[in-house]
Amino acid sequence: MAGFINENFIPISVHIKENPAGFHRFDSVWTPTALILDENGKERHRIEGYLPKDEFSAQLLLGVARVAFMQKKWKDAEALYSQILNDYPKSTAAPEAVYWKAVSHYKGTNDHTVLGDVPKILQQKYPDSVWAKKAIPWAS
Amino acid sequence: MAVSWNKDIDAALNQAKTQHKPLLVDFSAAPA
Repeated sequence: MAGFINENFIPISVHIKENPAGFHRFDSVWTPTALILDENGKERHRIEGYLPKDEFSAQLLLGVARVAFMQKKWKDAEALYSQILNDYPKSTAAPEAVYWKAVSHYKGTNDHTVLGDVPKILQQKYPDSVWAKKAIPWAS
Repeated sequence: MAVSWNKDIDAALNQAKTQHKPLLVDFSAAPA
């Protein structure tokens, strides 16, 4: 994971006792907390509380994907969401990745038909996920 | 391999802008 972090991020470590101003600068309220900011310092993803390694890795990918999505880099975002599904299909990030992968594809192609398959996929693979509920209106 | 953590937030923000990379900010209360 260290290699992934060094390769994909500028990593910052802020200890609440050593740097309380830095802790409050980003409206942090709890530790551990990890934020993913875009290159302009705008928060794009927040992870509060401990997560096991695979879950944390999947959340890091969600954050990088969100950065790409907000930069309208649709293909990059779609590829990153696909990577979550390939590498961490059992993570809690996976159903969210299914949802946003489809949205990224739609945004990049204007092909709305991709959204129609999402409710079935989420119902089959992640029926208890909130993302299965969020995709219900897309059912074709 | 260890993560190359920065301690200077403003320097890291400038570095991110220059290198066009996102930032990962880790807030911890754990003993060093």
